[in-house]
Amino acid sequence: MTRLFLTTALVMGLAVPAFAAKPAEGEKLADKQEMNYWILDALKSLDPHKNTDREGSDALRQLFEGLMNEDINGAMVPGVAESYEVSDDKLVYTFHLRDAKWSNGDPVTAGDFVYGWRRIADPATASEYAWFMELMNVENAPAVVKGEKKPEELGIKAIDDKTLEVRLTAPTPYLLKTLAHPSTFPAPQKVIEAEGDNWTEAGKLVGNGAYKLDQHDLGVQAVLSKNDNYWDAANTILTTVRFVTVNDQNIGLTRLLAGELDWMDRTPAGQFPRLQQEYPDQAVSVPDACSYAYLFNLSDKGPEALKDLRVRQALSYAVDRDIIVDKVLQGGQKPAYWWTHWATEGFQAPDIEMSKWTQAERVEKAKALLAEAGYGPDKPLKLSIQYNTSDDHKKLAVAVQQFWKQIGVQVELANYEWKVHTDRLQNQDFEVARYAWCADYNEPSTFVDYFRTDGYNNGKFSNADYDKLLNDAKTAADPAPIYKAAEELLIKEMALVPVYHYAKPMMVKADLRGWPKANVMNDWYAKDMYRVAE
Amino acid sequence: MFGFILRRLAVAIPTLLLLIVLSFLLMYAAPGGPFTQERALPPQVLANLNAKYGLDDPLWRQIVNYVWGIVAHFDFGPSFIYPDRSVNQIIAAGFPITLTYGGIAFVVAVAVGVSLGVTAAIRQNTWLDYCAVGLSIGAQVLPNFVMAPILVLVFTLWLGWLPGGGWGGPIFWIMPVIALSTSFMASIARITRSSMLEVLSSNHIRTARAKGLPERAVILRHALKPAMLPVISYLGPAFVTMITGSVVVDMYFSTGGIGRSFVDSALNRDYAVMMGITILVGALTILFSLVVDLLYAWIDPKIRY
Repeated sequence: MTRLFLTTALVMGLAVPAFAAKPAEGEKLADKQEMNYWILDALKSLDPHKNTDREGSDALRQLFEGLMNEDINGAMVPGVAESYEVSDDKLVYTFHLRDAKWSNGDPVTAGDFVYGWRRIADPATASEYAWFMELMNVENAPAVVKGEKKPEELGIKAIDDKTLEVRLTAPTPYLLKTLAHPSTFPAPQKVIEAEGDNWTEAGKLVGNGAYKLDQHDLGVQAVLSKNDNYWDAANTILTTVRFVTVNDQNIGLTRLLAGELDWMDRTPAGQFPRLQQEYPDQAVSVPDACSYAYLFNLSDKGPEALKDLRVRQALSYAVDRDIIVDKVLQGGQKPAYWWTHWATEGFQAPDIEMSKWTQAERVEKAKALLAEAGYGPDKPLKLSIQYNTSDDHKKLAVAVQQFWKQIGVQVELANYEWKVHTDRLQNQDFEVARYAWCADYNEPSTFVDYFRTDGYNNGKFSNADYDKLLNDAKTAADPAPIYKAAEELLIKEMALVPVYHYAKPMMVKADLRGWPKANVMNDWYAKDMYRVAE
Repeated sequence: MFGFILRRLAVAIPTLLLLIVLSFLLMYAAPGGPFTQERALPPQVLANLNAKYGLDDPLWRQIVNYVWGIVAHFDFGPSFIYPDRSVNQIIAAGFPITLTYGGIAFVVAVAVGVSLGVTAAIRQNTWLDYCAVGLSIGAQVLPNFVMAPILVLVFTLWLGWLPGGGWGGPIFWIMPVIALSTSFMASIARITRSSMLEVLSSNHIRTARAKGLPERAVILRHALKPAMLPVISYLGPAFVTMITGSVVVDMYFSTGGIGRSFVDSALNRDYAVMMGITILVGALTILFSLVVDLLYAWIDPKIRY
């Protein structure tokens, strides 16, 4: 086993604080260091191993800390782990933990991570994120999740209080990137065993993050204050962070303008251009690691027409992505000609012919391809587009209906509420359906793995060459060219209609600093933020 | 009278049971489940979840277990979507909130609505009547999902007088109360006015006036009580609707009430929360229709149980 420091950040982590709020030269701190963050829905769970949504993760990153954190540019920096070693076969990681404390003063030990990881994989916990351990390729994870092996057999072991060993079944190039995810956070065993399911209530919750939970009114707000037991509390500037639920985005915006909120990371649809004009110092759009697409049902239950590559190409060509992005969404999104979000770390833009043509050329080619496939005025192609209830999805579906009408395709729109839409997708009860995928970690495999034969892949695309490329990527020294080739293959086979890459059109108070401007995951840490005097 | 009350309460039990069974069946008929999500769960994880929540039992056993939990332990089960909380906790946190703003809104709606209706009726076809009718029609046609954002815009952004949402002291109650009471107030005013007009033209009022009673006494002592009968039959269900909250109010003012939880639970297939709130609303509806019947007997001497 060789001692390796793979990232410069980790080496630096030995000498200086990992990453902390640090006012720039000449910046004067405001007297009041508070931040009110808008969230759309109630926080469903503050249990790191039961949470399933993004807003919950945002809160959990303040209340707990994993082995690694992300900095404002998305680079992985040390969290509880001060350094680590990896074995030559890349299957064993050994993490050395720093002196850190829980908010009740107990030390954070390797055993707390072991307990947390076993807990999420244990069928008794019934965590909806148990699959995360499988994604990380932790040894025995699939068997533990299935209940075939005991949680104690999971590939994680405390060598001593400060040394943690993780064993994998396959080299996992993105492993470090998964270690900032709440599913991998440690858990306070004593508290959980004493309090049961209610351990996350304010007053009971014990965390190891930079903040502690003072108050939580479901559907109203969660109030967090600085945790003095946090190892880097000396460099934490914001004293109070509130997660304020406002179910209506327009009211959220009004309340932000009235000064009740400081950060709204999704402005109401269509408002962003106006906000940019009126509040140029507050309206910002940042890339966000999700991609929007229309999926083809390529399974046996899908329409025969879609099994013809020419038809799929025609449908993809005919979609005018510029209109969708510039006229419908207007929030800084980018047109998509491939699947992986363009800003994903380590992603090389593939060479996609279609992206270089003008829209007129695309439409012309689409018409020719459809005619070649045997469709025309006498025998028009009829398809249904399924989408889930939302004004935005509806607007896009109507636009696509028009684009496809131009090439002679008759489209029927089918709208379902979210759960029904998802259920139909998973049972291949659709023809063409609206879909979006968000990255689990900042590396292209989180996107491209979706279309593997054994991936989530609701349209049931299957291509042996594609699967092989992705298997090769797992062990490649530099997987980037392989991901690029995979994307090119995906579009050559037109497994989907890529539509756009997400962006977050936001409103952020001008005096708030330290929020992630260039982290496509948009994971943020209040401990890195501060407010300057205006 | 007591026999009547007992009989009604005895009927309430099978009614509630029927409500539970029907809601259960309807819920299961809806496609998707609490754990349906964009990223399909691996089958073994789904199986673990179903086992944990007892969803792998046959339907009849789930219903029996559920009813037994309520009868034996007053336990409405764990929430599927809020894994840290039980349904009892969710209702215990949210119901006092809707009860507060709903109760105040009810009092406001009745006080203002009845006053407007009576004023309009006794000053029929004068400008007062036109104003009152105009006001109530205006209040009726302005839906609360339009009014709520306008209230926040005016009182929070422009004037800066009231917090735009959240829950705390009385200052947080004002906008929810206005938004919730307006349309009820309008309905009450309309019903009161037409009922009052009818009563005012009846024989016993003519007699009261003929024996020289002052108009004030005629209205308050002889006309108001019978005129209230149709209003009260409206108020029973209206009261339950108001205290169990409104989605719009909860959504726009982030009150944390159970109105929003109810709709959310249906959309998220949070079976347990949905059942819990359905039973709460059902039980309250049964209770208050009984109260309405008793009030009838008190107001109208002709009614005897």
